[in-house]
Amino acid sequence: MSSKHEFSRLKTDILIIGAGGAGLRAAISAVESGCSVIIATKSLLGKAHTVMAEGGIAASLGNVDPQDNWKVHFKDTYEEGVFLGNWKMIEILAKEAADRVYELERYGALFDRTPDGKIMQRAFGAHTYRRLCYVGDKTGLELIRTLQDKVAHSNAMVLDEFVVSKIITVNNRVAGAFGISMRDGTFKLIECKSLVMASGGLGRLFKVTSNSWESTGDGLALAYRAGAVLMDMEMVQFHPTGMVWPPAVRGLLVTEGVRGEGGLLYNKEGERFMLRYSPQKKELDARDVVARSIYREILAGRGTEHGGVYLDITHRGAKYIKEKLPSMYMQYKEFAGIDISKEKMEVAPTTHYHMGGIRVDPDTNMTNIEGLFAAGEAACGVHGANRLGGNSLVDLLVFGRRAGISASEYAKKVKQMKFDDSIVNEEIDRIISFTENPTSTNPYILIDQLRETMSKYVGILRSAEDLQKALDTITGLKGKARNVGILGGLRFNPGLIACLELNNLLLSAELVVRGAMERKESRGAHFRNDYPNLSDEWHKNILFTYNEGKNDITFQDVPELPDYLKDLFKEGQA
Amino acid sequence: MKEVTIRIRRSEPSVSSDVHYDEFKVPVGEGMVVLDAVHYIQQNMDQTLAVRWNCKAARCGSCSAEINGRPKLMCKTRIDSVGDKITINPIKAYPVVKDLVTDVSHNYEIAKKIPPFTPKEGLSAPFKMFQIDVTRSKEFRTCIECFLCQDVCHVIREHHSNYFGPKHMVKVAALDMHPIDAIDRSELLHGEGGVGYCDITKCCQNVCPEDIRITDNAIIPEKERIVDHAYDPIGILIKKVKNRRW
Repeated sequence: MSSKHEFSRLKTDILIIGAGGAGLRAAISAVESGCSVIIATKSLLGKAHTVMAEGGIAASLGNVDPQDNWKVHFKDTYEEGVFLGNWKMIEILAKEAADRVYELERYGALFDRTPDGKIMQRAFGAHTYRRLCYVGDKTGLELIRTLQDKVAHSNAMVLDEFVVSKIITVNNRVAGAFGISMRDGTFKLIECKSLVMASGGLGRLFKVTSNSWESTGDGLALAYRAGAVLMDMEMVQFHPTGMVWPPAVRGLLVTEGVRGEGGLLYNKEGERFMLRYSPQKKELDARDVVARSIYREILAGRGTEHGGVYLDITHRGAKYIKEKLPSMYMQYKEFAGIDISKEKMEVAPTTHYHMGGIRVDPDTNMTNIEGLFAAGEAACGVHGANRLGGNSLVDLLVFGRRAGISASEYAKKVKQMKFDDSIVNEEIDRIISFTENPTSTNPYILIDQLRETMSKYVGILRSAEDLQKALDTITGLKGKARNVGILGGLRFNPGLIACLELNNLLLSAELVVRGAMERKESRGAHFRNDYPNLSDEWHKNILFTYNEGKNDITFQDVPELPDYLKDLFKEGQA
Repeated sequence: MKEVTIRIRRSEPSVSSDVHYDEFKVPVGEGMVVLDAVHYIQQNMDQTLAVRWNCKAARCGSCSAEINGRPKLMCKTRIDSVGDKITINPIKAYPVVKDLVTDVSHNYEIAKKIPPFTPKEGLSAPFKMFQIDVTRSKEFRTCIECFLCQDVCHVIREHHSNYFGPKHMVKVAALDMHPIDAIDRSELLHGEGGVGYCDITKCCQNVCPEDIRITDNAIIPEKERIVDHAYDPIGILIKKVKNRRW
């Protein structure tokens, strides 16, 4: 089939893929530097997964607990990431967090206040002090709206409902990207000098997830196929509390803010089991610990009839709950018909976040591909083996900004790389081959099977045997995926997008499973039944490189802490 | 398993003028919402069915539609609350792209016209603000931009006038009621914003999935500001005196 389809050309200094917190914050910096900017997003502007962030944004302002400072924030983040995080990135995060929060306030965000008029901060899992600045339980919405407004009043161009299907590189340097506009079914080639990947995570790999339709690992797969190194792909966070009933909303997030505001966990027998698993931090231990504890209670037969445990906030009273946790109140009322000010919630762990992702330089956020940058959930390095609540929103702002600045500096230095249109024509042929194809395999069925498999075999407790089963299934699905296709054409055809996503999902899934097989230890969110202990030998990052259709796996030691940070872990410090 | 009948309006105006309804029988599980049924159809019966969705948790405001004639979020409408025969139409205020997907880009154009947050001059940062002042603006900040209020606004729906619409009144109210915002947007609303067209029938606030009291708390206060601004005779006199060149 030779391609006669037309495509239009756009030129820009910087292309940003993704319009969540990281993408929008990067865009603001890039525009400020005087570069031309295009933002491509799979959804409408303002709908990105960031809107679902609830509990807050972590920054050691010390408004409520004056003892708090960046050093304690560093320590909490590094320690709870089980020493797998990159110290340089964590230091940057902890130091710049406060500036970014106050900046957001200058942009117009309205946080809840302390009695003396400062930004209010709440307690959250494994943060030593009350550190999360919040807007009720809709912090992400406020963050997105604030940045969205800023971008809407800038000269950045937004391509919404645009699916990028390929990143184009020449001699290991970024040259552009290609994709399809869903709304009118037209193809677009975007030539750019630098590209910021801010495309989010891969939560939709799993059947039970809190993630929206966007999180299909697209950016990871695009960057990987273009030659970028991915790191620690096995590190998938399971949030301790997702809804379990009714089945239609299984996995929907119940914010950690519920526990932050005093919510307690009970098993079927009425025992407050966290006292047994974590006598010190109890309900507010790190997410991996609480998630595993809940899971173990359920496995031991002490779960509720729908396979969860109870989360109880009724003692706070209706007024307090409606004010502090309005979305949770609505969510249970509408979807489950439960009034959480009177009844206990049923919760169980749900796939929530991907700590792994694209490897970046800690100072510039550049990948190993020149001109390709990554930030936010798509990037890897800050959260190690377990992310603390509230550290994601601050990650978006801190590294979104830094990626935007670095991408601008790079774009000003270089010339646009030239390439031949044949690359584009091949890509058009590939996309069109999925359409008007009545004899093909239904992509949705394969995606369903994949998600089922991942939730069953690559969840909270993993083993060599289960992982092998998952890998076998993925290999089988990869075979079937060669024949996927759909009816209908190019314009707003969700089936076509599913075909494109399927390949990204399969690739991401394979890397998650391979990483999990390699890492023969238990660290943070990655728990192996057959290797239940933390191992010094595995104080390593696992790196993946795409090599002509094969995945090369290598290892690197986690960079050692410099002395001034090591000192923080000696007693009496920080 | 119980079954319900779902009728969906199908069209693709850029290709043909054909408009018809397709009927599907969908098995219903416990707690299923309308969007689940649409997904079931898409995955098992008709892959070409176009629908816009994102979070499936009533947070993003993508899946707006008219369900048995009522503007709702498909992800927030439980099937057992609407009966065994369900008709789904796209929202009517905007042109259809395909099936249930409409072109809402007009809203993003309006958003550009509303002056952004601009803090008062001379304030020291970090800002000092109190909860009681912050709370006033908070209601409007829960807007998920689902455009259901725009859909039921008969000024937009039937008269195609240049009224910005309730969604944008909510935005303006969120900015105007920010404790330290310095800009007066009432002239914009009075002129290009066309808020005078709104005759406060309160249809918008009846459909808001976030229960924002759009008419009571956003539109009426903004109209009152405009009255102060443009029609108060003493105010006009003072302005004239002030602006007079001596």
